[in-house]
Amino acid sequence: MGQYILRRLAISIPVLIGITLATYIIVNLAPGDPVTALISPEAAASLGPDWVAQQREQLGLNKPLPVRYVLWIKEIGRGNLGYSAQDRQPIAKKIRERLWPTLRLMGMALLIALLISVPVGVVSALRQYSVLDYVVTISGFAAISIPSFFLGLVGIYLFSLKLGWLPTSGLATVGKPHTLGDSLRHLILPAFVLGLAQAAPLIRYVRSSMLEVIRQDYINVARAKGLRERAVIYRHALRNALIPLVTVVALILPLLLGGTVIIEQIFQWPGMGTLAITAVKGRDYPVIMAINLITAVMILVSNLIADILYAVIDPRIKYA
Amino acid sequence: MSSASQATPGSVTASSPTVLATAAAPRRRSGVWQRFRRHRVAMVGMVILVILTISAVGAPVVARNDPYHTTLSLIRKPPSSAHWLGGDSSGRDVFARLIYAGRVSLSVGLVAVSIYTLIGLLLGALAGYYGGWVDSVIMRFADIILAFPSLIIIITVVSILGPSIYNVMLVIGLLGWPPMARILRSLFLTLRERDFIIASRTVGAPNSRIILKHLLPNALAPVIVAATFGIAQAILLEAGLSFLGLGVQPPTASWGNMLTDAQSLTVLESLPWLWIPPGVMIALAVLSINFIGDGLRDALDPYLLR
Repeated sequence: MGQYILRRLAISIPVLIGITLATYIIVNLAPGDPVTALISPEAAASLGPDWVAQQREQLGLNKPLPVRYVLWIKEIGRGNLGYSAQDRQPIAKKIRERLWPTLRLMGMALLIALLISVPVGVVSALRQYSVLDYVVTISGFAAISIPSFFLGLVGIYLFSLKLGWLPTSGLATVGKPHTLGDSLRHLILPAFVLGLAQAAPLIRYVRSSMLEVIRQDYINVARAKGLRERAVIYRHALRNALIPLVTVVALILPLLLGGTVIIEQIFQWPGMGTLAITAVKGRDYPVIMAINLITAVMILVSNLIADILYAVIDPRIKYA
Repeated sequence: MSSASQATPGSVTASSPTVLATAAAPRRRSGVWQRFRRHRVAMVGMVILVILTISAVGAPVVARNDPYHTTLSLIRKPPSSAHWLGGDSSGRDVFARLIYAGRVSLSVGLVAVSIYTLIGLLLGALAGYYGGWVDSVIMRFADIILAFPSLIIIITVVSILGPSIYNVMLVIGLLGWPPMARILRSLFLTLRERDFIIASRTVGAPNSRIILKHLLPNALAPVIVAATFGIAQAILLEAGLSFLGLGVQPPTASWGNMLTDAQSLTVLESLPWLWIPPGVMIALAVLSINFIGDGLRDALDPYLLR
């Protein structure tokens, strides 16, 4: 077991290094440099080429690429992600402010996805090939086929503009005392739109996992010893069927993170997604670099945790 | 359905090698098509996709108005008999734009997936056939790309290259190959230990011939299915990017950028004809392709129990 975890960690190290290298190289392929991207051509003309060169020197841009990469990694190791090219604020601070809203949105979306997919997947498996099973499959396809931004817009149109039940955007009502109910009312629509798309693949997993488990001998044994069907399903089948879900949840994390970019934009949610869009549109490469790095590391770590958890939960997994 | 008929007979069973058919009877080919035709949902998808494709190809005939011509009096006008879906914020005919946008979305999907399928086949074949350090290097490379949330890395690269329809195709194509490579690699890993491969190696067939003539045809079915679902995903990605203003740039119409305006609440509330039709078109196109993918999966792999 310990050896398995060590091996798994060892594989992650080259990938981690690769992530930092890829991020660095991609961002450095950008045409122009942060100096010319930062100041208007008129300002550059009036301040003169000396000033531009001085700025470049200050930002360390005249050193060769590998040296800059090493310097960059050193700074990151110290928790310094650099400074935004747009407002000169430390990026680490910007991301700390944005991380919590995004995690809240993702957490709620995941919860909604699980609340939909586990019962639906189980019922769908228990009544395999029934009309209900068929409807679930078709709806699953619909859920992954409707673009999330369209679903979000329809949601705002219906629930906010026409019915007036929910707010259109933001984290909370501006100027009102902060309450849990108000936050939830703001959270529910974006989280639902984000979660629905992820529910579809989860339903498939729960369904096929459940189908596999209910054909096992120990389920027959449970039935044979006279347990009620409910007990057989919930106490024996479901528990085992949900084990693979641990890995699947880790696998949908990248999709959730990518999904937040669009959802946050529509609902003007002040998270990592809107930060990414603003940075990309403003060519704020230090921020773009930091976001890529952080999200990639989050995914790497969650995959690692999922693999290890899976091995811990299911003793049938061989570590060889 | 050209992709289905291209599937060679042996590929029918590629993802369940234990029941791999040895005889390449031509009867099997029609078996795939017959199973596909029996798949009702897939046939619905086929019909929708054929209609969408015809309207996109024949856009100048289907849409009588010019998608780029701006008319002041048409600005934000509701649907009428002359302009079926009214006018947009620049006074252009929404219906004409909707039809022309189909060309963009469908071709982005097709081109992007073709690019990454080719890359994925090449790298997956190399990794699966040769194993060893070749495999390690390629797969770690795939791991690195997969570690980035696709939308975030795509908007990063698109912002560097500059948003345009070709760059969207290119970026989705260059970053999309790892799942394809993984599929092919795992199939090759199991197939290369099988008797017919060992036999051809024994008679001295060159590696290139073993890969192209023996391994690849037997691994095509899952690749075709993955590529079909991939086209649906690529269309969604393009729509999302264009919606964010990072994909296809106006005045060229794409279903995604036609929805960009709806981020303003006034447009959203009072001009539904501007944003509901393109949204429905994306959903229809993606859904029909996903349905076809589902039908192909069942038709190409009858031994797979769902």
